[in-house]
Amino acid sequence: MNRTYELMFIVRPDMADEDLDKLISTLETAVSTTGGTVKSVEKMGKRRLAYSVRRFHDGVYVLLTVEGSGGLIHELERRLRVTEPVIKFLTVRIDEEQKRLDKIKKIRDARKKAVPAPAATPEGGETAGVTA
Amino acid sequence: MAEESKAPTAPSESAAPVSEGRGSHRPGPRGPRPGGGPGGGPGGPREGGRKYFRRKKVCKFCVEKIESINYKDVRLLAQFVAESGKIVPRRLTGVCTPHQRRLSSAIKQARNIALLPFAGRAN
Repeated sequence: MNRTYELMFIVRPDMADEDLDKLISTLETAVSTTGGTVKSVEKMGKRRLAYSVRRFHDGVYVLLTVEGSGGLIHELERRLRVTEPVIKFLTVRIDEEQKRLDKIKKIRDARKKAVPAPAATPEGGETAGVTA
Repeated sequence: MAEESKAPTAPSESAAPVSEGRGSHRPGPRGPRPGGGPGGGPGGPREGGRKYFRRKKVCKFCVEKIESINYKDVRLLAQFVAESGKIVPRRLTGVCTPHQRRLSSAIKQARNIALLPFAGRAN
């Protein structure tokens, strides 16, 4: 059962860039060894936190999109929990939401296509009549 | 003649309700109604009534066709969070029920990852 998840985590702001890259790459290897795939990694950069977390007021946000089973998420969360520089994380399942959005988009596109087609033909006929 | 006939009728009319009000059992609807009019029936703008219109609130998400309510979209979510950090109720914002449901869960997720405050303003 493959599902798509979004892992967002915050690392402490004083962490060096290389360390962060190292951390991300270890997570990526963990994902691939557990039988999942990393879809995208996005470093969202330093942001001010809405409230202090472990006495930090800033944090570096990282967004990881992975595909895999629940066991994979379990493992990743365990890793994040024991990784000291990670101060907060959140996992959200996104495949169902994505499916819903795709469905809506499909309906909208179908409607868009359906509407202009009949509207265009009478207009074209009228203009043709005027010019003639 | 015309003046005379008018003159007596007018006082008698004005006097009649007063005497009824004091004397008989409550004149019921007659008495309170003129006074109660400005107080406002829920009906709408009567003459002498309160002059304000309650604009029909519409769901922002339905109108602008925003389908994805994501916890990462802080700017969008912040519009529906009060200064104190509370989620603004539907009756104030006009958001429809399905969207409010998604909105509230997105706000809660955003709070969890420190994008929005649990209480107070984001510092």
